[in-house]
Amino acid sequence: MIQYVVDGLVNGSIIALGAVGLSITYNVLRFANFAQGEILAIGAYMSMALIVLMGVGIGSIGPVSFGWPLLVSIAFSIVLTSVTVLAVDWMLFRVLRRRSASRITFIIAAFGLSLIIRNVITLVAGGDQMFLSFYIPKAIPVFGDFKVVPDDVVVLIITAICVVALHSFLTSTTVGKKMRAVAENPVLAMVNGINVKSVIRWSWVIGASLSAIAGTLHAHVTQLDPEMGFELILPMFAALIVGGVTNVYGAVLGGFLIGLTEAFAVSMDLSAYRGAIAFSIMIVVLILRPQGIMGEKERDD
Amino acid sequence: MIDILSFVIFFFIVCSFYIISSLGLNIQYGFTGMFNVGIAGFFAVGAYTSAILTGPDYADTIFGGFGFPIIVGWVCAIIVSGIAGLLVGLITLKLREDFLAISTFGIAISIQLVALNVESVTRGPNGLYALPKPFAHILGSPFVSNVCYLIICIVVIAMIYYALERAVKSPWGRVLRSIREDEVAAEALGKNVFMYRLQAFILGCGIMGLAGAMYANFVRFISPQDFLPIFTIQVYVMLIVGGKGNNLGAIVGAIAIWTLWSASDSLINLIVAPDFQTQAAALRIIMVGVVLVLMLVFKPSGILPEKKHVSD
Repeated sequence: MIQYVVDGLVNGSIIALGAVGLSITYNVLRFANFAQGEILAIGAYMSMALIVLMGVGIGSIGPVSFGWPLLVSIAFSIVLTSVTVLAVDWMLFRVLRRRSASRITFIIAAFGLSLIIRNVITLVAGGDQMFLSFYIPKAIPVFGDFKVVPDDVVVLIITAICVVALHSFLTSTTVGKKMRAVAENPVLAMVNGINVKSVIRWSWVIGASLSAIAGTLHAHVTQLDPEMGFELILPMFAALIVGGVTNVYGAVLGGFLIGLTEAFAVSMDLSAYRGAIAFSIMIVVLILRPQGIMGEKERDD
Repeated sequence: MIDILSFVIFFFIVCSFYIISSLGLNIQYGFTGMFNVGIAGFFAVGAYTSAILTGPDYADTIFGGFGFPIIVGWVCAIIVSGIAGLLVGLITLKLREDFLAISTFGIAISIQLVALNVESVTRGPNGLYALPKPFAHILGSPFVSNVCYLIICIVVIAMIYYALERAVKSPWGRVLRSIREDEVAAEALGKNVFMYRLQAFILGCGIMGLAGAMYANFVRFISPQDFLPIFTIQVYVMLIVGGKGNNLGAIVGAIAIWTLWSASDSLINLIVAPDFQTQAAALRIIMVGVVLVLMLVFKPSGILPEKKHVSD
């Protein structure tokens, strides 16, 4: 049972980090980014490419198969994924913003974009599964019968660091405060001299960085394939809605809740319905509490 | 000669399923501004409904084998898809449009999972086979029965087109467009925006269900692999290229994109070595995605833009 809880937390970490990206786009750029899953996939494939280029495997530190090559590749993946996402924004979403296209147009564009990215990955890397390493999770006893896989603990620690970093970014840096101001009220923010364009760029970079980390972690604990983003998008949306769309910490909470429920479903032998389970929770929340657990009622804008 | 002719007939029959779906989407997206990402799901509901009601008795299913007439299957497909639309609409149409998009996306995935896993009804990945096709056993020759099928398709399209044109030109249709343009203003004028949206959504889903049922009784075999998200994107590209908010545009766009899609398929089979078929297939999907994005950026109104209504 404990193993299911740990699995749920690990999977939940990845969903949570991805959902934060979703939440930022939703609140700053104001649309549901259907291409968010593919940003995770880009992050994972960038790390994969760097691991292959460096050719020294992912390394290890003590019992943890999480050596410096993996950390270096995550760092590079953050940069490359952010650059890719900024380029896509410049080519597509910036043009739509300038035309003040409707929100629906943004969603459709994102949906089309997800399809393009998925197939570009297939084109470049092939449609087969890939693995970052030959890492085999091996649980070691911590006390008594309680065993954990060391890498699972590392995933949780990295996630915790990311959430704390995000929190301090949003609360103590000027850019973070501006971002919150734009999310709260874009017109008022603009009137107060906040450069919305730069806030938008920062939003993409923060979202892409967390996605690159989440995607690489996902690739490390499972595998890479072009469909990985597509499989993650529904759990991430569910996390966003369950936690509350207006609250970025809600996305984190939602991510863990969805991860744990999915793990619970797997333990009940319902793994075939995994995707539908995240969706069912989301529907229940939409009926009972549309603003989500931590969300506030949205102004209609 | 007969080969070419039967290919053309086959081509237009399959194209009809897209045309009907595109018309169904037009009432939701084109006229009312609702983004339904679950077209493949509602199409699948229609296909499975008709397949279960009209199909033969399989040894390994516990529900089905009713052998109803095809028309019963089609009517029930419209009703069941409409009910699916009602359920999704009731939950999400009062919320921001993003929620409708996310929920319909989730519904499409859930429907596919159900089709894949509830084997006692859908036979899972093995699919439902030997479905009846209208006129198939009376006329014998597949050519003649395909000609008949195409005629049925054209009649159905004509009926839907006529009905939708009447609907969107009626006061009801004007309310839909007013909701799309300015929801608050429509609400302020005393229109129950939620009810109008719900009606338009159910109508669109029912039409998509009919398209699915017609697909099932034409190809006579359905499996979860037939209802992938690429179908949803294809229908969007068709409607946006043709011209959203214009029923003729929905038809023209479907024919144009289906021609492009089929031509690229033949081209790939002809020039790409079998080893690279996966990449070639990916390239083809990228092409559809790029067409969609380019249209959104450069010509969002499509080939046949919506007619301007100053006052009726």
